Amino acid sequence: MTALRGRARLVGDDVNTDSIISSTRKRESLDPAVLRQFLFEHVDLTFAASVQPGDILVAGKNFGCGSAMEVAVTTVLGAGIPAVLARSFSRTYYRNAINNGLLPLVCNTGGIREGDILISDGTGAVRNERSGETLSPEPLPPIMLAILRAGGLVPYMRQNGDFKL
Amino acid sequence: MAGRTISEKILARKSGQDAHAGDLVVCEVDCALGTDGSVPMALDYFKAMGGENVRDAARLVFALDHYVPPTSPQTIELHRVMRDFARRFGVTLHEAGEGIGHQLIVETGRALPGGLVVGADSHAVTYGALNCFATGIGSSDLAAVMLCGRIWLRVPDSIRVVLTGQLPSGVYAKDIALALAGMLGADGAAYQALEFAGPGVATLALEDRLVLSNLAVEMGAKTGIFPADAETVAYLQGRTGQAFEPVAADPDAHYSRTVEIALDALTPRIALPHLVDQVVALEDAAGTPVQMVYLGTCTGGRLRDFHQALAVLEAGGGVAPGVQLVVTPASREVRDAMTADGTLDALVGFGATVVQPGCGSCCGTCGVIPGDGVSVISTANRNFKGRMGNAKASIYLASPAACAAAATRGVVTDPREVSR
Ligand code: SF4
Repeated sequence: MTALRGRARLVGDDVNTDSIISSTRKRESLDPAVLRQFLFEHVDLTFAASVQPGDILVAGKNFGCGSAMEVAVTTVLGAGIPAVLARSFSRTYYRNAINNGLLPLVCNTGGIREGDILISDGTGAVRNERSGETLSPEPLPPIMLAILRAGGLVPYMRQNGDFKL
Repeated sequence: MAGRTISEKILARKSGQDAHAGDLVVCEVDCALGTDGSVPMALDYFKAMGGENVRDAARLVFALDHYVPPTSPQTIELHRVMRDFARRFGVTLHEAGEGIGHQLIVETGRALPGGLVVGADSHAVTYGALNCFATGIGSSDLAAVMLCGRIWLRVPDSIRVVLTGQLPSGVYAKDIALALAGMLGADGAAYQALEFAGPGVATLALEDRLVLSNLAVEMGAKTGIFPADAETVAYLQGRTGQAFEPVAADPDAHYSRTVEIALDALTPRIALPHLVDQVVALEDAAGTPVQMVYLGTCTGGRLRDFHQALAVLEAGGGVAPGVQLVVTPASREVRDAMTADGTLDALVGFGATVVQPGCGSCCGTCGVIPGDGVSVISTANRNFKGRMGNAKASIYLASPAACAAAATRGVVTDPREVSR
């Protein structure tokens, strides 16, 4: 798994894909470089401008519920966010994340505060620099790991042309 | 050895593997839907994957439904790109105005008992009403299906939802679905299948079952699947020439959980803004003012829904002043039937704004958009903030009859009070 070091950016429970990026924005452009300006616009107007590359989204339960629209993943990646930690994900968001190389980590995010520095050396565990707490996200099944390691579903399919278990 | 759930059996059949809950399998897909909300991105992925040809165009369906009519150069272009691709590879494309993709998959007999149907849209779960394993995917997964005809899936655990008894008058399928959402919560069925069972199933028309399957995803479910029976077969009569093999659960199948809903005891429900699991008894929200009433979507835009709504409007003497009634049939077939039996004229007579078949106002990308501070009561499946295109509006979800009852008085009203 990729090494991470970034600030925790807290969002709540049941964050739906439309609040990550409004589907009315998607109507006008699919380009993550454009859409990133509107990331979480209905939740916090200043959010998009405050994102620094490497920031890590930290959510409660059911992150990415609602529409299966994939821009809700590519926009997050376009903003320079490499990973999302959540207590749970909606399954479509989870799949889309894997397919685009956004790391979805399922773990108990309750102890993380806004701005905490989260560090992962690539072994899977995530350490909170402030609290010293180490989180152990649920391991990913082999096919998801293979897709992530390839860099997403596009390179995976270019290499394999089909799914291999 | 424990028996198997419907989901386990279908995924075993489609993967050729001995599939049990928790296993990862690679399955042949019988049919895949893409919409104007998902295909344009899927085509980019497809190209990036090196896709030169689709594996089997006959299994693919495109529907122009989210941007109907297209109102910007960008959306016109998205439609053009889809048409060009569909023509080039022989993919079936449903034009703007033909209806919502999910409804068209069902109407054209593409979702068959025992099959595996995916859709690049979360409400692809709708087809589970027809005893197929149906689930939503993103654009990248759709691109892979276009390329290789297959998909990897984790075989889900199943929650058994046992329905007993029969709905009393004034209570509808939507009330069952909302009650279930209230019980399970917005992620209560995450990564799992809902499997409907029990004697209550036979009392539900196929259109009712579609409502329940449609809302399964609002509880996080991967699919919401029904057994097949005479009602299923009757619905498919004339819609498909293809043979199909329904799948039933084994009596000793293993479920992660069983919940029971006594239909007799159910009362009207309503989901409050801004989450679908904020469900209360409708009477507890009675009196809440509403300014817009929306009848439509892949949840509540079918003929049966409009009949139920119209009956209440007639009993209540029409639409109260200050209320905007918006009607969007789920498909052209639905609209034609409404025209033929006078439902559409009657609704127009009550002052309804009729939008052409498609997603309409549901997700705010087309159709009528509520104004700031407006409260909407809708037959849809989602009430997230901003869902209908305005984050300053509030959305309540209820049955078509309850929506119509609210239209007659301008406040949330128990439909049983109006029809009395
Ligand atoms: S009607 Fe609404 S929920 Fe259904 S597919 Fe269209 S936008 Fe999605």
